Amino acid sequence: MKSLSSLRKRFEAWMLEDDSPLDAEIGRGLEAPVGDEARQWSADAFVHLETAAEDSRLALMEEEHRSYERLHAWYERRGAKLVNRVYRVMAVVVLLMVVFFLMSTVVALPPFGAADNPYNNEVSERYIEKGVEETGAVNFVAGMILDYRAFDTFGESTVLFVAACSVILLLKLGEHKPDEPPTPAMLEAEYDDRHHEPKNDAVLQLAARVLTPVILIFGVYVILNGHLSPGGGFSGGAIMGAGLMLYLNAFGFQKTERFFTYRTFRWATFLPLMTYAGLKSYSFFMGANHLQSGIPLGIPGEILSSGLILPLNICVGLIVTCTMYGFYTLFRKGGM
Amino acid sequence: MAFVQNVPFFSIMLCMASGIAGAMVPGRVARWWTAALSAIVAALNLWLLCYLVPLGESYTYMMGHFPAPWGNELRAGPLEALLAVCFSLIMLLSVLGGMAKLNQQVDRKKINVVCVMLDLVLAAMMSMIYTNDLFTAYVFIEIMTLTSCALIVCRQNGRSLVSAMRYMIMSLLGSGLLLIAISMTYNLTGHLLMENIHESFVELYQTGEYAMPLTVVIGLFFVGLGIKSALYPFHTWLPDAYGYTTPTSSAVLSSIVSKAYLFLLVKIFYRVIGPELLIENHALNLPFLFGVVGMVMGSVNAIFSHDLRRMVAFSSIAHIGYIYAGLGLGTLAGFAAALYHMLTHAFAKSGLFIAASSLADASGDSKRFSDLRGAGFRNPAAGVCFVFGSLSLVGVPLLGGFVSKLYLGDAALGRGGLHMWVMLVALALSTLLNTLYFLKTVITLYRPPREGFVPPPAPPNRLGNATLWIFAALNLLVGLLASPIMDAIKQGLSLFA
Repeated sequence: MKSLSSLRKRFEAWMLEDDSPLDAEIGRGLEAPVGDEARQWSADAFVHLETAAEDSRLALMEEEHRSYERLHAWYERRGAKLVNRVYRVMAVVVLLMVVFFLMSTVVALPPFGAADNPYNNEVSERYIEKGVEETGAVNFVAGMILDYRAFDTFGESTVLFVAACSVILLLKLGEHKPDEPPTPAMLEAEYDDRHHEPKNDAVLQLAARVLTPVILIFGVYVILNGHLSPGGGFSGGAIMGAGLMLYLNAFGFQKTERFFTYRTFRWATFLPLMTYAGLKSYSFFMGANHLQSGIPLGIPGEILSSGLILPLNICVGLIVTCTMYGFYTLFRKGGM
Repeated sequence: MAFVQNVPFFSIMLCMASGIAGAMVPGRVARWWTAALSAIVAALNLWLLCYLVPLGESYTYMMGHFPAPWGNELRAGPLEALLAVCFSLIMLLSVLGGMAKLNQQVDRKKINVVCVMLDLVLAAMMSMIYTNDLFTAYVFIEIMTLTSCALIVCRQNGRSLVSAMRYMIMSLLGSGLLLIAISMTYNLTGHLLMENIHESFVELYQTGEYAMPLTVVIGLFFVGLGIKSALYPFHTWLPDAYGYTTPTSSAVLSSIVSKAYLFLLVKIFYRVIGPELLIENHALNLPFLFGVVGMVMGSVNAIFSHDLRRMVAFSSIAHIGYIYAGLGLGTLAGFAAALYHMLTHAFAKSGLFIAASSLADASGDSKRFSDLRGAGFRNPAAGVCFVFGSLSLVGVPLLGGFVSKLYLGDAALGRGGLHMWVMLVALALSTLLNTLYFLKTVITLYRPPREGFVPPPAPPNRLGNATLWIFAALNLLVGLLASPIMDAIKQGLSLFA
C-alpha cells in the first residue's frame, strides 16, 4: 500500500515536473508563512524546529561528504583502473569477433583473380571489348567513369564540393573589408599563420621556384591526357592542388592572393560543376529519350577525341584542385 | 516514352544544380529558392504520381546512351513517386517553418551554405528513392552523410559541434560497413544493378554456394543502414544531434535523412535480397528484435528526459523501432505498414520539431517543462500542431499514427506465430508509454503558467505559424487518405518484387 502511494506521488511529481519542494521554496514570497501554521505562533517551537533542522542538515552533509570521499578514494585507487580495463577488454573482444567474422568471410569469397569469378561477366566484357569503340577513349577507365557511369562521377565531384562547403561553414572567417578594423578572430589567425609557418626559408623557396611550374604543368598534362593514358581529372587535380600548396608554403598568402583569392575559388568550383551538370544533363536527356546527341567521338588516340570525356576531365580536375587547395588554406588560416 | 517519365531525372538534376548555384548567391535568395525548389520538385513528382498510379506500372530510365548493367539507371514506380512527393513537401514546410530561426541562429553570411546543404539533401533523397543501382545509392549516401553533419553544425555552439562530431563518427562507421557490403555483393554476383543482383542471389541461395558470405552481406547491409538510421542500440548520437541544432535541421534530419536510409534498406531487403530468401534465412529476425526493443526503450528514454526537444528526439528512436519491426515481419503487409509508418512519422515528427522550437520561443527560449506551461495559449498554432503531432504518434483515430498502428497490428496477425505475439505486446506497451509522455507534454502546454513567470513576447512569425497549421492539417490528411496511400504503397511494393 505504502509503495503504491509513493509510486503515485512520484508519478505526480513527474507529471507536474516542477513541484519539487525546493522549487516551491524558491518561488515562495518572503511574507508567506512556512510549513504548518499552528506551530509558528510559538517562538520557542520555531527555534527548536530551526535548530533540529539545522542539526539534521549538518549531519546529512557530513554523511554525504564522507560517502563522497570514500567513493572518490575508491575510484582513485581501483575504480578508474577497473572501468578502463573492463572497457578495453570488452572493446578488444568485440573487435576480435568482428575481425574473425570478416576474415572468415573474406576467406570464403571467390578467390582473387580467378578466371571464372562471378565478376568476370558480360558487364566487364563489354567495357573491355567495346569501350574504346563506344566512348572513343583509349583509357577505358576514363570511358567507364566519365561516360558509361558519368552520373556516379557527377555525384563524386559533388561530394568534394559538399566537403568544401562544410569546411567553409565551419572554419571560414569573415572577409576583411579595407575600411573596417579586423575582428579578433582574424587577427589571431593572422598571428598564428605568421608565427608558426616558415617565412623566407631559402631552401624551400628555391625548391618551390623550381618545382611548382613543373608540378603544375605535369598536372595539366595528366588532366588533358586523361582519355589517352592513365590519369584524369581526379589524379591531375590532386597534383595541381599539391603544387599550389607548395607555392603557398614557400611564399605565403600575399603572393598567392595575386592569382588565387576566395573569389577565384568560388568561381573555379561553381563553373566546372555547372558545366559538368549542363553537359551531362544534355547527354542523359538525349540518351534516355533515344535521341542522337550529335557529339562527335573523334579518332581514338588523338587529343581531341572521345566526345565529352575531355571537357569533363578538365571540369573534374579544376574542382579537385580547388577543393584540395581550399581545404589547406581554410584549415591553415580560415580564408584565402 | 511519355515526357512525364523524365521527372525523376529533372528532379535530381534540378536539386543538384540548385545546390551548386546556392554557393554563389546571397543568403536571402538561396533561402527562398530552396523553398521554391522543394515546391517545384513536389509538383513535378505529383504529376508523375498521377501518371503512374492509374497505369499501375513502373519503368526504368536510362541515364545516358548505355543500357542498364553498363550505364546508370533510374527506376520509378508509384511508391517512389509517392515518397518523393511527401518528402519534398516536408522539406518545403521545414524550410518555411524554420526560416525565422535559421536567420537568427546562423551566421548571416553562411545562410546560403546551409541552403546548399538543404538542396543537396533533397537531391540525395531523390537519387536514393529513384536509383536502381547500389553504387549510385552509395555515392548519394556520402553526400547525405556530409550534408547532414553540416546541417547539425550550422548552429555553431558547443553542444551542436560535439554532437555533430559524434554523429559523423557513427555515420561514417555505417557508411564503411555499407561499402564493405556493396563490394562483397559485387564480388559474389558481379553486378551493381538491383535486379541482376537479386537473380544472382536467388541462384546462389539455391545452389548453396557462398552461403556464409551471403549471410554476412545481409548482416552488414542491415547494421550499416541501422547505424545511419538510428536503430535502437546504435542510437546514441541521435538525441544530441536532433536536440541542439536549428529546428529546420532537426526536422530535415529526422524526417528526411533517416527515412532515406530506411527506404534504401527496404529496397535492399525487398528488391535486392528478396523477402522469400530473407525469411528462409531467418535474417529478418534481427531487425525485428532490434525494432521491438527500440519501440519500448526509445519511449522509456523519452519519459525520463526533461527537455522538450530531446524528448521528441527520443520518441524518434521508438518510432524508428516500429518501422524496423514492421520490416522484420517480412510479409508484404509488414513492409507496407512499415512504409506507411515512415510517412506518418515523417509528417508528425517534422511538425513536432518546428512546433517545439516555436513553443520554446514563446516561453523565453526555454525548453524545460516547467517554463513551457501555458505555451499552448501563448502560441496557439504551435500548440495545435504539437497536439496533432503527438496524438498522431500516440495513435488517436482519424490521425495517421492510428492507421499505421492498425496496419502494423494487422500485419502481425497475418504473420502469426511468435512474431505476432511479440509484436502485439510491444505495440500495446509502446503505445501506453507514448501516451504517457506525449499526453504529459500536451497537458503541460495547456496548464496555467508558473506564478510570476512572464516570458518576453516572442517575435511575430506569421510564416512559421501558417506552416504549423499546415503541418497539423497534414497529420489529419495522412490519416484520412490512408487507403489510397496504402494502395499506392502496396502497388509499388508488388512492382518491386
